[in-house]
This record gives sequence, structure tokens and C-alpha cells, in this order.
Amino acid sequence: MNALILPSRALAGSTLVEPVLAVAGLTKVFSGREILQGLDFALSPGQSTALIGANGSGKSTLLRCLVRLVEPTSGRIAMLGQDVITLRPHELRRFRARVGIVWQRYNLVPRLSALSNVIHGVQARMSGPRAWFQSLAPADVRAEAMTCLARVGLADRASARVDSLSGGQQQRVAIARMLMQRPAFILADEPDASLDPQTGQEVMELLLGLVRQDELSLLVISHRLEHTLAYSDRILGLANGRIALDLPTVQANAAALRRFFDHEGAA
Amino acid sequence: MTDATLSPPRFRHLGLPSYVVLLVVLALVVSSVAATAPSADKLVRGITRLFAPSGLFTQMVPPDFSRIEPISWKLLETLQMAVAGCFLGLIFAVPFAILATDRLSPHPVVRSIARAVIALFRTVPDLVWAIIFIIIVGLGPAAGVMAIMVDKIGFAGRFFAEAMEETDPGPQDALRAIGASRLGVIVSSVFPACLPSFTATSLFALEKSVRGSAALGLVGAGGIGVDLKVAFDLFNYDEALAIILLMLALVITVEQGSGWIRRKLI
Repeated sequence: MNALILPSRALAGSTLVEPVLAVAGLTKVFSGREILQGLDFALSPGQSTALIGANGSGKSTLLRCLVRLVEPTSGRIAMLGQDVITLRPHELRRFRARVGIVWQRYNLVPRLSALSNVIHGVQARMSGPRAWFQSLAPADVRAEAMTCLARVGLADRASARVDSLSGGQQQRVAIARMLMQRPAFILADEPDASLDPQTGQEVMELLLGLVRQDELSLLVISHRLEHTLAYSDRILGLANGRIALDLPTVQANAAALRRFFDHEGAA
Repeated sequence: MTDATLSPPRFRHLGLPSYVVLLVVLALVVSSVAATAPSADKLVRGITRLFAPSGLFTQMVPPDFSRIEPISWKLLETLQMAVAGCFLGLIFAVPFAILATDRLSPHPVVRSIARAVIALFRTVPDLVWAIIFIIIVGLGPAAGVMAIMVDKIGFAGRFFAEAMEETDPGPQDALRAIGASRLGVIVSSVFPACLPSFTATSLFALEKSVRGSAALGLVGAGGIGVDLKVAFDLFNYDEALAIILLMLALVITVEQGSGWIRRKLI
């Protein structure tokens, strides 16, 4: 299955190319508690990297720090050639436009149609009423949104309200919205966590397929070991706010990852 | 019977502070009623006078609809005052509500000022606003419209802000992460989520405006209230009853209409 889904497996942790993401000494302190304790790692472009760790290990905080949805306490982040920490508000907006995020709970606007939600992705590069609702969007934006919906297999549900769709369909709409951004880097925070195993696998296959097609980079959090092994080139393990595991997926196996989870979860 | 089968006490044990609070509340209620409520004999004498041959009730019934045409035009003016004041109030309530919402306000100081303004507009009764606007723009419906507008900014501003406060932050975070502007997040995420609440509040505001606009004429701010005051001043109680009945019909019609819209939209 891996070979089929990951036709262009990149060299895990390769340092031969300019990293798409480089993190140095990243810390985050919440209420006196150090959630992230001086993280250092770099990701090569075109890689799919899985971030694993027990609940509370700091995975989601790390993801949010990378785009400054949560402000890091100290450290440096270089992503897509930009020093993220020093970006001013308007520069940060432009930077975030290039980073697609897939959320665990989809985070769609519930009363709007799938098409309107996908069109929201264009707010990465366009502002004003034309980017707010499908009824006001220009023809080319609507056409691009329909293409994104078609890529996730939901062109026929464009007019459906997203709160009438199943969980898997909503996550597909969220992925289509992310594609509408035309991102260069994708962060995925447990995109399979709210879905049943079959649907979760379909969503992960879809996400990885799109990442490979568009030659994007992906950092994905997943608690499902089979997904971690099947849909990543490299695995980073986070424990107590530190990188405790870093290895190419080809060298990993389910038993070793389970031991990591059990050990770090109990720690 | 074992300990395991013992049921918990029927009433929670109250401590001394709770009894003190209860006693204070009770004393406040009793003293307020004793100081201000009418005595029983005063009430009986009043009701007897009301139904006496020359009493108010006898002079009111049957109602006099002979001036129904001018009264109807005044009733229409009352409705127009309510609609105009309510519409303007709802429009201006939206920016105030945004500025008063924790997550959407640009700065805590701005938020505090917006909340203070909304509280001021809500706390001062619309009759007082009407008197103030009569001084500013003179007698007539314009003062009534202004009074209703300010009252509705206070009313709707508070409920709009609460609705926006209660929305799921997830979609807003997602749009913020996309790089959407603050206005983009508000219009494309917050407003659609708040639409049912906004609609319900707006319809309640319209009902409240119609009820309020009928009374504003009593202080000279236009509408049917002026005619009602004149009818009472000239002891034309039968005409006053006709006006009250027509006002009632208007309020019931608006309430039924807004109830129907609420059921259809929400």
C-alpha cells in the first residue's frame, strides 16, 4: 500500500536540500509549565512527516506555534524561507496563506454550503465580499472551488449545507478549502481522529494523494499507528515537550511505535 | 437497612450566611410592598369608582370609532416610527456588538467603551431618550425614531454581542489561519453562525419598538400616543378605548407576523 500511495518517498531527514521547515530551540511556556522544551528539527521539502506522542506531549501546541496561532515563548522558526517569529501582522497574514491546515474538527462554517466554505480558502489571497460567499464570488474563483471539490470527490454536493454532510465528507470539504489556498506546506492536526477507521483511512489516502500530486510538504499528527506507518516518510516522536524519536518510516514498525506510546504515555 | 441504601438528605443544609441573605431578601420584599403597594380598601374603593355610572369604565364602553380614519393614519405613523427606529438601531447595534465581543474587539479598552455605551443605551428608558431627542430635534416622529434607535442599539447590541461570544471559535481560527482579514472572519464565519440568533433578536426588537412607539407620543415624540393623551385630557374616554384597541390590534398583528417569520427562518 505504501508504494502505491507514496510513489516519491523522499529521503527522511535529508540535509541535502534547503529545509522547508527549520525549528531551533523552540519553547512554549503556559502558566509556568514548559510545554515545548527547546525543540530542534528540520524537514525536507516534499516529505510527509508524522508527529506522534501521547496526549499532552505538546503536538498541537507545536503545530499552532509554527504559524503563530499560539505565540512561542522563545526559539526560531524558519518556514518556506521566512523567519516566522519576526513577521509583522500583515506579513504573518501573507505567510499563513501559504500554509494549509487540516483540523481535527473540520472547523467549517456550519450554516454555509460546501462551495462557500471552499471559497473561503481564497481569502488567503483575496479579501472583500467576493471571497465571503459563493453567491458573490467571481466566476474564476467559483470554477477553482468546484475543481477543488471535484478533487476530493464532492463536486455533486457543492450546494449542500456542510452541517448536513457526514464527518468524512466535512473533512473532505475542509481539505478542498485548504487546496483553495494553494498552499506550499500542510499541517494536519489529527485529520482522522473524529472519523471511523474506514473513513479515516480514506481521508488520509486522499490527503497524501493530493500532497504527492502537488508536491507539497506535510506535517501530520496522528494517533493511529497504522496511518503513521502508511502515510509518512519520517516519524518524529514528541515526549514531555522534547523530540524523543526521529527515524525514517521505513525503519519503524508498529511494535516499536506502540512501545514509544506506552512508555511516554505512562511517563 | 445498610448504609449503602441510605438516600441523601432531601434538602441541602444551609449555613448561617445563606439564612442571613434569605432574611435580607424577605425584609426587602415586605418593606417594598408595605411602602408602595396600594392598600386593600384603597383598591376596593378604586374598583367601585371605576364601574360606577359616571366611572371611567362606563364612559369608555362602548368605544368610539368615529375618528377611525385619522387614528389609522396615526397608527401607520406609529408603525413607521417603529420600523425606521428599529432598522437604524439594528444596523448600528452590529458594530457596537462586534467591538464589545471579547474575541472580535481590537483592544480591551475599545471593548470596555463599547460595552459601557451599550449599557448606557439599554439602561436609560426610551421615554427618557424621547424627551432628550425632543429637546434636540423638536416635537414629532423624528424624536421618536431617534429614541427607538438608541434603545434598540442597547437592546440588540447586548444580544448580538452575546450571540457572537457563544459561537464556536473553530471556524474563526481556521479562517484566521488561512490569512483572512478580521472583517473576513466576522462576515464569512461569525455572521452565518449567528444568523438564527440575530433574526430572533431583530424580530423581538421590532415587537418591542412597536409597543414602545405607541407610548412615545405621550411625551410628544409622534405617533398614536399623542392622540391617546389628547383623548384622555379631553375626557373622551370612549375614543381613548378605541385607540387602545387599535394599538392592541397593531401589536398583536406585528407579534403574530414576527412569530411566523421566526418559525419559518429559524
